[in-house]
Amino acid sequence: MAMNRREFLKIMGGTTAALAFPGVLLQGCKKAIEKASERTQVIWIMAQSCSGCSVSLLNKLNPGLESVITEYIGLNYHQTLMGGTGHVAIQVLEEAVKKKRKDYVLVIEGSIPTKNEKFCTIGEVDGHHVSARHWIEELGKNAKAVIAVGSCAAYGGIPAGKSMVTGENPTGAVSASEIIKDKTIINVPGCPPHPDWMIGTILHLILKGMPKLDEYGRPLLYFGKTVHEKCERLFYYKRGIFAKEWGDKGCLYELGCLGMDSCCDIPERRWNNGVNTCTESGSGCIGCTEKVFPDYGKRGMYQHLHGDSRKENNNSSIAGIASGGGKLNG
Amino acid sequence: MAKVYIDPITRIEGHLSIEMDVQDGKVVDAKCRGDMFRGYETILQGRNPVDANQIVQRICGVCPISHGISSSKCLEDAFGIKPNKNGRVLRNLILAANFIQSHILHFYHLNALDFVDITAILKYRGSDEGMLRIKNWADNELKVKNGRIDQITAVGPFLPRYEGNFYVKDTDTNLDLISGYVKALDIRQKTHQMVALFGGRAPHAIGLVPGGITTVPTKDRIKKFRKLLGEAEDFINDVWSHHVVAVAKTFPEYFKLGKYENFLSYGAFEQDNENKTFTFDRGAVTGDRKLDFTTEVITENVRYGKYRDGSDLHPFKGETLPSPDKKDGYTWIKAPRYKDLPMEVGPLARVVIGYMNGTGGIKVELDKVLRQFNAELPTAYSVLGRHVARLIEGKILAKEMYKWLDEVEVNGKPRNSYTIPDESRGEGLCEAPRGALGHWITVKNKTIENYQCVVPTTWYCSPKDGKGVYGPVEQALIGTPITDVNNPIEAARVVRSFDPCLACAVHVVEGDREIGNFKVC
Repeated sequence: MAMNRREFLKIMGGTTAALAFPGVLLQGCKKAIEKASERTQVIWIMAQSCSGCSVSLLNKLNPGLESVITEYIGLNYHQTLMGGTGHVAIQVLEEAVKKKRKDYVLVIEGSIPTKNEKFCTIGEVDGHHVSARHWIEELGKNAKAVIAVGSCAAYGGIPAGKSMVTGENPTGAVSASEIIKDKTIINVPGCPPHPDWMIGTILHLILKGMPKLDEYGRPLLYFGKTVHEKCERLFYYKRGIFAKEWGDKGCLYELGCLGMDSCCDIPERRWNNGVNTCTESGSGCIGCTEKVFPDYGKRGMYQHLHGDSRKENNNSSIAGIASGGGKLNG
Repeated sequence: MAKVYIDPITRIEGHLSIEMDVQDGKVVDAKCRGDMFRGYETILQGRNPVDANQIVQRICGVCPISHGISSSKCLEDAFGIKPNKNGRVLRNLILAANFIQSHILHFYHLNALDFVDITAILKYRGSDEGMLRIKNWADNELKVKNGRIDQITAVGPFLPRYEGNFYVKDTDTNLDLISGYVKALDIRQKTHQMVALFGGRAPHAIGLVPGGITTVPTKDRIKKFRKLLGEAEDFINDVWSHHVVAVAKTFPEYFKLGKYENFLSYGAFEQDNENKTFTFDRGAVTGDRKLDFTTEVITENVRYGKYRDGSDLHPFKGETLPSPDKKDGYTWIKAPRYKDLPMEVGPLARVVIGYMNGTGGIKVELDKVLRQFNAELPTAYSVLGRHVARLIEGKILAKEMYKWLDEVEVNGKPRNSYTIPDESRGEGLCEAPRGALGHWITVKNKTIENYQCVVPTTWYCSPKDGKGVYGPVEQALIGTPITDVNNPIEAARVVRSFDPCLACAVHVVEGDREIGNFKVC
């Protein structure tokens, strides 16, 4: 099943991006699909992950995962999906390193522990456990490109969270960009990331080259706007109607929704074949695509930047609020 | 005697490896090793208790719903509230949808490649567009990558694999299972749509909160849920059930392998707001004998765990400091024991306990399968028994979900309200698709003083304890025949049948705080 134009636009940036850059996308589209027959190889490696990104990947639709694997990429290594086990699986990584393969995109899921290499090991070579960090360093050297999927690989995420009592992190968990320093890492954060963001970024890289990134290394296609800007509940915000408890009618700001300070396109793209969104469900945004997730300094998950900024922002224009997007990271 | 390593065990959640001694073609010793550590409970200290409801879901991307619900129940206990009826019923629907999601993922995408000969796709002669696409792709991969630097990855991620005379031989059965694998991809994501309809998104549902859930159950959402449930139910009855039987008929020896006979369940899918009756019962069993259920007899031992010693303590009193270079420490998993017994938890445990109690349709469904194979209950204590148990749970939950949908008050409030007390403590017990899950909290100054999780995989992937008693997976492995030490697929099948989830298994509380004593029931 080849992608039609509409599907291609959807995966590449959704309708908003298509409106924003119609010429560029339309021009590249046909040529890009033709080029898709030359598949780029992907090595997907997991360190301190919960597998949530991979499970989200399995939810890929239009095209579905079987189509992605058989038509668009060559998935060389993926711990959760691959047929090989033990040394048969590790052989793929070993060969890629030994033969100095340069033909693959390295995808990293999960943070990387630095306090002790034994906090995460993957396989054995010559009778020795190999740390996740070692694989990532070695495979990173020759990779065509490196994509950090999920907030753990992108920024450290929850495994890099600090005890609010001791201020310490148990394993010294860090992001991919703190391990691979000589390459531009494309960050696809989210906890989990939407499957379109992951596959869309890989396809963009393969078909159209490096996507434009923001200052946090995120593709602008998906992370260029705040949640607030396109929120289903913006109507209430504009009228000053605020929910007092979860799920109630109204803007969720007072409950600690971080949509004003967090960037992603979920209100438009929506989760799981479009059946719901974080804000529509009445829970609000927890800022999971932001670098500061989940500590937000020491504010915690459902706390705003400073007191009740709603009152300060209440009368300002949407554009004005939007420009404050990503303030959480400041 | 040969040392045999399977490192990593792929097609499970997380980082697990197995070390075995094989003599005369049989496993004589086994070590189960958890290879990753994060320290979640430390990270939770000092936060707003409500944050835990989101953070703990990230312990595991396959069963976040169970962690979310355990946490909600734990917080409710600490806050002194209960969910309202809508909250309870909607949570059951979300959890059940995720059970089916996880069980389908387990049978097809994690386990099927141990049985199916994926290369049979090259023999496909039919006209199904999807199957032809896979056939042409596989054919092309083998040709294009032949002699290339990445030759080993041809038909990835399905190849390379353990090679030998291991797989289904009948072409039609293989092709049918391959088409099941593809169909299961679609049904699995649809069950995740069901989770998201009421849970906000999947995985990592945003809509679970103390008191219930946040999404109001509109008529439209219920209608969509019911439609997706119908598709899932058809798949369970028409596809999955045939495939489980097909695998069992081809590999009947796996009713005799991976044996284990101690079982524990905390109970799941509350039928009332008082935690009295469940669709899947609470209980403990050893062999054919029922044991009294109480969490007070649980201890954790770290003799062979990579933690500083503090053995045989109740988990609430855990003294566990990571010690990565400890001599004899071979895993990041602790060794929990129930009255000194290592327990298997998960679908087989729930089905055996339900069977012995004569609960719901469990006995009827399991008897149906046992009759087909002319077998008695202990036959089910095996690799194939675990696969059958997941299917039985899928069937029963699909039926129950229709009843629960009828119980939902349309457009009604989906939760109760709460306030966070200054000081309190709470317990939340639930079942994950892969077994018994418990969360415990102490609240001080309206923040988390301590948070503790005891999770399913810790139970069955546990190492030896101080008395030298092996963990369930280790015991199940001992005696397993290995025909080729370079391709030990039999051992991989035994391990995978438990559905290990290592992200869940490995995370401990740091320090020596006492978290209090709790009673269950």
